[in-house]
Amino acid sequence: MIFGEVTLGHYLALSSLLFLIGLAGVLLRRSLLIVMMSLELLLNAANLALVAVGRFQGLPDPQVAVFFVITVAAAEVSLGLAILVAIFRIQKTTAADQLSTLRF
Amino acid sequence: MEAIFFWVLAVGLLVSATALVAFRNPVTNAVCLVVALVMQAALFITLESFFLAAVQVIVYAGAVMVLFLFVIMLLDVREEARRRISRPLMVGVIGIGGGAVFGATKISSLFPSSDKILHWGQSGGGGGAKELGRLLFTSYSPLFLSTGVLLLVATIGVVVLCRKDPEV
Repeated sequence: MIFGEVTLGHYLALSSLLFLIGLAGVLLRRSLLIVMMSLELLLNAANLALVAVGRFQGLPDPQVAVFFVITVAAAEVSLGLAILVAIFRIQKTTAADQLSTLRF
Repeated sequence: MEAIFFWVLAVGLLVSATALVAFRNPVTNAVCLVVALVMQAALFITLESFFLAAVQVIVYAGAVMVLFLFVIMLLDVREEARRRISRPLMVGVIGIGGGAVFGATKISSLFPSSDKILHWGQSGGGGGAKELGRLLFTSYSPLFLSTGVLLLVATIGVVVLCRKDPEV
C-alpha cells in the first residue's frame, strides 16, 4: 500500500524527488543566486535521506553527519554569496551565461 | 496519523521546491526556500530528530535566509528572462523523476528495515540534544573541533573577499 503506513521507501523517494528538483534548478536557472538556493535544496535532500535511514535503522550517527552537513552548508553559503557580491562589483551581473571571461 | 503528516509535508515540500525553481522573481524564490526549509524541519520532527529540526529552523530558515535576502537587496537583482523549455526536455525530466522514485524504493528495499513501520515514540529516542551532544563530544570531537576552524576560516574569507579596496 502506497498511501498506508509510511516506510523508509517513502522518505527515500521524497528525498530523490527533492534532489531532482534541486538539480533541475542548478542546471536550468541562469541567476547564480537561484543556483545557490537550489544547491541548498540538494543538501537538504541528502539530509532527509540520512535522517530517515538513521531512524529506520536505529542509529544516531547519521544525525551527527546531518549536523556537520548543515554547518558546512552555512559556511558554503556565506563564502558563495561573498564571491557573488565580489563578481557583481566587477561585472554588474549575476547571470551565469554572461560570466564567460576569466580575466577582467 | 504519521501517514497524514508525511503526505501533507511531502506535498508541501515538493510544491515549494518546484516553485523555487519555477518562479523568476528572486524575493519569491527566497520565500519559497523558507517554506521548503520549514517543511523539511517538520519532516525531521516526524522522523523524531527534534534537535536537528531546531537547528534546521535556526541555521537555515534563520541565518542562511537572512543572508540570501541581504544579498538580493544588495545586488538589486532583476527578474531573469523567461526561458522556453522544449518538449523533449520535459519528457526527459519526467522520465528521470519516475526512474528516481522507482530506484529509491528499490534501494530502500535493500535495507534490512525496509518494510518496518515505526510509530512515534518507538525508536528509542535518539534524536534529542542529549544523545547527539554525547556523540559530538566523544567519538566525533575531532570533527566538531575542525568545524570550528572551518567556520573561522569562512568568516575570514568572507571579510577578505568583500573588502572594498584590496591594497594588499
